[in-house]
Amino acid sequence: MISHTTRNRIAYAIFLLTIVISGYFLENLYYLQVLTFIGINTLLALALNMLMGYAGQISLGHAAFYGIGAYGTAILTVHCGFSPWLALPAAVAAAMLVAYVVGIPTLKLSGYYLGMGTLGFGMIVNILFREWSSVTGGASGFIGIPTLELGPVSFASGRNYFYLVWGCVLVGFIACQRIIDSRIGRALRAIHDGENAAAAVGVDTQKLKLQIFVLSAAISALAGFLYAHLVYFISPGTFSFIASIRMVTMVVIGGMASIWGALLGASLLTLLPEWLHAFSEFEMVVYGLILMVVMIFLPRGLTRGLLDIYERTVKKSTR
Amino acid sequence: MQEILQYLFSGITNGAIYAVIAIGFSMLYSSTELINFAHGEFVMLGALCMVTFFGAFHLPLISAIVLSVVCIAVCGLVFERLAIRTVRHPEPIVLIIITVGASIFLRGIGMIIWGKDAHTIASFSSHPPLDIAGAKLLSQSVWIIAILLATIVGLQLFYKKTLTGKAMEANAISKRAAWIVGIPSRLMVMLAFGLSTAMGGLAGVIIAPITMSSYDMGTMLGLKGFCAAMLGGLGSLWGALLGGFLLGILESFGVGFVSSGLKDATAFLLLLFILYVKPGGIISTASVKRF
Repeated sequence: MISHTTRNRIAYAIFLLTIVISGYFLENLYYLQVLTFIGINTLLALALNMLMGYAGQISLGHAAFYGIGAYGTAILTVHCGFSPWLALPAAVAAAMLVAYVVGIPTLKLSGYYLGMGTLGFGMIVNILFREWSSVTGGASGFIGIPTLELGPVSFASGRNYFYLVWGCVLVGFIACQRIIDSRIGRALRAIHDGENAAAAVGVDTQKLKLQIFVLSAAISALAGFLYAHLVYFISPGTFSFIASIRMVTMVVIGGMASIWGALLGASLLTLLPEWLHAFSEFEMVVYGLILMVVMIFLPRGLTRGLLDIYERTVKKSTR
Repeated sequence: MQEILQYLFSGITNGAIYAVIAIGFSMLYSSTELINFAHGEFVMLGALCMVTFFGAFHLPLISAIVLSVVCIAVCGLVFERLAIRTVRHPEPIVLIIITVGASIFLRGIGMIIWGKDAHTIASFSSHPPLDIAGAKLLSQSVWIIAILLATIVGLQLFYKKTLTGKAMEANAISKRAAWIVGIPSRLMVMLAFGLSTAMGGLAGVIIAPITMSSYDMGTMLGLKGFCAAMLGGLGSLWGALLGGFLLGILESFGVGFVSSGLKDATAFLLLLFILYVKPGGIISTASVKRF
């Protein structure tokens, strides 16, 4: 039996290899672009999974942090003439600060009430993006976000950006895995299972929830930064309530409290609209149906649900 | 003075609509502890049904209203039977995703049936606007408020005077206790669903003449009705009423005196405020449940 850590190392090695190989062999720019989007969505799903899956705190307004990352870098690079590499820490810090300030009162709530508080916050940030047109460009969006460059390497081409995004995903995965396997991770799961019980055994639940909220905001802002410099154009619609819901869906469909579930959920939710284009008019109907059916029959997400079905059949056949 | 009165009138009109939507949310929450994110889509379907029945088929007003509301109630019953009761682990997060999925589904249905264009219909009656101290009160506003009042009286009578209504209330207080005394709780939940979506449909019906009805109108209305319900106190009829009017009037004054960009933000700022200060809402029972 290999230990947990070794198994993780092997998994990440295989993951890294897959990234390098697919980046090397893929020629079609469209595929590279779709994979890059999957990477960005994976970061978002990872961020929300840390909060929702592990700490058990729902957020229906996470697109706000995604948006703060994107608008942060857009405003700093275009209006203030910052280098994108300086704008990145600034945008992430801004998202973390907002998360800290908002998190203090909001994370005292739980259940539906927490969902509503985060929803309200997300809506307000989105309205800000839309109405503060002198700074954000308003409803028509923000154009002219510069290309990322690092010395001689330009991240304009599909392949370089693909590596950049998936590099971030890999680092994010490993960092989150290490947090989960640590003392903090165990404390988080204790909060998930029972907040009062966790507090009773000495976990500072308020502080820990706030920390994980801020971490989650930081990862989302990083995803926003990557998104802004990939498409050069951002508009408030990308960071709306629907976007927050899509993030939650990625986490839940993929499987809560699972790092690889984030990858699965993000891949499915990114690819699904691409496949559903064939349905044209019926796209929304089919999308809604899929969401409902998966949740009705596999409420613990695809990863866990399929594993359950597998285990059940194995048990039956050995009996 | 005249301006203030005008803002007040439009605030009350919007407030009455938010109140009807909020009543739907509250009703469902009190009997099932479920928040239906697809509620706004039922408002949209109600408005579009009205566009068809009243605007296109020229049915008489009352039958158009009744037919639209009944259609939406049936949609709600089907939704409960197929998508909610079949859930094996009804945890909040699972139900949130299912109702969100339903809302996307219904929006898609609305788009297929009524297309992407916005529709508009005539007012319920063709009286000229009333002139009160220089401010204009649309005849549709009078209709909206009258229908709201009739609904409230009807609901009160239903809950306090009829056996079914009392059974529903008992079921909302404690499902198990109600079940022990022989109240079929599944039927009650279904009924609550039907009534709640009927409320959504009714909100759509009365809003249809004063707005552009299209397949994507539901989400914002639903969220605002939800804010109103939270504001007043989730699960309480009077709370929904109070929250709806408060939201409508504050929103209207916000637009008039601060900025029109602020319109949609008002609801959510109020929501955050009430959550931080008094999460049970303005009208809240002694024990505030934060879950």
